[in-house]
Formats: sequence, structure tokens, C-alpha cells
Amino acid sequence: MNINFTMIIQIIVFFGVILFTMKYIWPVILGAIEEREKKIADGLAASDKAAKALAEAENKAVKLLKEAREQASQIRDQAHQQAIKIKDQAKNEALAEKERQLEAARAEIEMEAARAKDALRKQVSALAVAGAEKLLNREVDEKAHADLLAELVKEI
Amino acid sequence: MAEQASSSIGDYIHHHLQNNQLQLVDGSSFWVINLDSLFYTLLTAAVFLGLFSYVAKRATSGVPGRLQNFVEMVVNFVNEQVQDTYHGKSKLIGPLALSIFVWIFLMNFMDLIPVDLLPWLGQKLSGNEHMYMRVVPSTDLNITFGLALGVILLVFYYSFKMKGVKGYAKELLTHPFGPKLFPANLLLNTVETVAKPISLSLRLFGNLYAGELIFILIAVFTLGYTLEHFLTASGIAMTAGQLLLGLIWAIFHILIILLQAFIFMMLTIVYLSMASETESH
Repeated sequence: MNINFTMIIQIIVFFGVILFTMKYIWPVILGAIEEREKKIADGLAASDKAAKALAEAENKAVKLLKEAREQASQIRDQAHQQAIKIKDQAKNEALAEKERQLEAARAEIEMEAARAKDALRKQVSALAVAGAEKLLNREVDEKAHADLLAELVKEI
Repeated sequence: MAEQASSSIGDYIHHHLQNNQLQLVDGSSFWVINLDSLFYTLLTAAVFLGLFSYVAKRATSGVPGRLQNFVEMVVNFVNEQVQDTYHGKSKLIGPLALSIFVWIFLMNFMDLIPVDLLPWLGQKLSGNEHMYMRVVPSTDLNITFGLALGVILLVFYYSFKMKGVKGYAKELLTHPFGPKLFPANLLLNTVETVAKPISLSLRLFGNLYAGELIFILIAVFTLGYTLEHFLTASGIAMTAGQLLLGLIWAIFHILIILLQAFIFMMLTIVYLSMASETESH
């Protein structure tokens, strides 16, 4: 139980152990720990960044989708309107054409009617002249009565 | 019969508390080496250095294995204690604290090995029936004093390094009562400085010596028993008692050996941070 030379040896061993730990153990293990901590921190930062980028991209996608949808509905509306317009236009055109055709037909009919009337009148006048001729039984100088006839035609 | 039994118990305990010594100079009480303490202190140091340098050599900053994880846990724990107490940069204090913590823990851990196992093995291997062997180095005052003196030498080194000879002398003379009371200051500081290694080593020694003694006393329950003894009712009761008490004390002792290693480490850190604090408080 006395203090003896063992103590001196123990002091020397003590410093040996500490020197060894200082040189070969402590810095190596702590270095590995710190490096890993840095790696983890970097990884976390990167994943944070990625998550942020993902959220941004999602936002952007949603916005784009919304825009596209709006655009599509706009285009559809436009197309719809255009279709209506075209239909209306076609209808109007057809109506106008119908009017025109009707007009033309009416004009033709009128013209035909006028022509027929004219011919009828001429025939009536010829008939009248012939009737009168026969009635009078004498020759009528056509030339002398041309004025009379013309007057008759006008009256009819 | 009773006297013989008590004397054999006394012999048993004495035998367990006797170091295996090598006399370097005849008749001198100082030039003696405690071979067993030295052997186990070197063995525990080798276990510590071997394990930790093995891990350090294979240390990866990637995913650590179980062993590396464990070692890193210990290193991190010690590093936290150091950084909480010592504000400054030092290449020494971390490794010092780690060595002290793990080494002393391993020395103390020898206490948990059944008291008679290693001495019995030693006796069988050496063929010497009366070979002395104490397996717990921290129950040897030489070892604990050696550690504490190593620490105090580092405290002196740090005091001189950080404050210079003049600064350290000034602190010894003027602290804490001012320069007019320098004899009182010097006396107080001397006592304080001397008390540091003594309290450090005696605390460790006392706790572990007491612990070992109790293990030895528990072992006395069935001392000298032969197979016939074990078959009697009292023999069974004594055996059960020894096992139960041994178990309880061993479980309690796990706390003590860890705590003592931790206290030694913490006080070392505190002493060194006190030594390197430059401004007076």
C-alpha cells in the first residue's frame, strides 16, 4: 500500500497514452465525425433546395395548366362565336340570295306579263281592226287609219 | 475451529489486498514495482488504444458501423463535456479527457470480473499457489496517484504556458485576497494546488478500494466450501446469499465505476481550464 516506483512508471505510461491518443485517435475520429456532419448538413441543404425547386415547379405547372385551360376556353368561345357569325352570315347571304332570286323571278314574271299583255293588245287591236273591217265591209286604208289604231292601242 | 475459520478469512482478504511486487533495491520501500497493477494498467491501456486506433484507422465519414458508432458516441460525449467547460482551443484537452475517461473506466471495470477468477488463473498458469495478484489497477494508490500527478503536471504546464512564469507567480501571490496578504494567498494557493491531485487520486482509489473490498467480503460467504458444503441447507443458503449480494453490488458498482471515471475526467477538464484562464476573476 506504499507509494513506490510503480507511480513513476504510471506517470510515464500516462503521458504515453495521452500522446498516442492525441496523435492517432482523437483527431482522426473527430475528423470523421465533423466530415460526416458537414456531409449531412450539405445533404439537408440540398434536399431543402430541391424541395423548394419542386414546390416552385409545381406552382408553375399549376399556373401553366390554369392558363392553358383559360386559353382553351377562350379559343372555344371564340370558335363558337365565329361559328355563330359564319352561320348568321351564311343565313343572311342565303336570305339575300333568296330575295334577289325572288326579285329576279318577279321581274321576269312582270316582264313576261307585260309582253303577253302587249301581244294580247296587238292581237286585240288586229282583231278589232279586222272586226271593224268586216263590220264596215269595206277596205280600210291601213295607212289612213294608222293614227286611229295607234290611238286605240294607247287606250287599251 | 471458529478461530481457524476467521484466520483463514483474514488470510484470504489479506492475500487479495497484497500486490505482486518486484523488489528493485533490497530493503527499500520505494524501489519496488507492483507488477500486477502495472500489468493490468498496461493491459487496459492497450485495450483502449487498440480498440480506438483500430476504429480510427477504419473511420469513415460515410455510414459508420456499430463499433465506429459506439466509439464516436464516446468521443462525442467527451468532446461535449470538454467544450462545455473549456472555452478555448486546445489539442491536448480532448484527447486527455478521452484517455482518462476510457482508461479509468476500463481499469475500474476489472472490478466487475469475479474477484478470484484472474488470480486463480494466474496461480494455475504460474504454478505458484500463493501468487499475489490484484486485478484492479485503480485500487492501487500508485496508479491513481500516477494519474493525478500526470494531470497536475499538465496543469502546471498550462499555467506557465498561458500566463507565463510572472503571471502564474502573480496569481499565486495576489489571488484571491490581493497583494497585501500575499503570504495567505500563497498558503491558500499551495494548499489548493496540493489538494488537487490528492483529492483526485484518493477519490478514485477510495471508491474502488471499498468496492473491491466488498466484493472480497461477499466472496467470503462460501470460502473454503467443498462440494459437501454446497449440498447442506446452510451451504445452499450461503451460496444463494453470495450470488444475490454479488449481483446487487455488481449492478450498483457499474454506476460507481462509470461515475468515478467521469468525475476524474471532469475534474481534469476543470483544473486545466482553470489553469488556462488568463484574466483573473
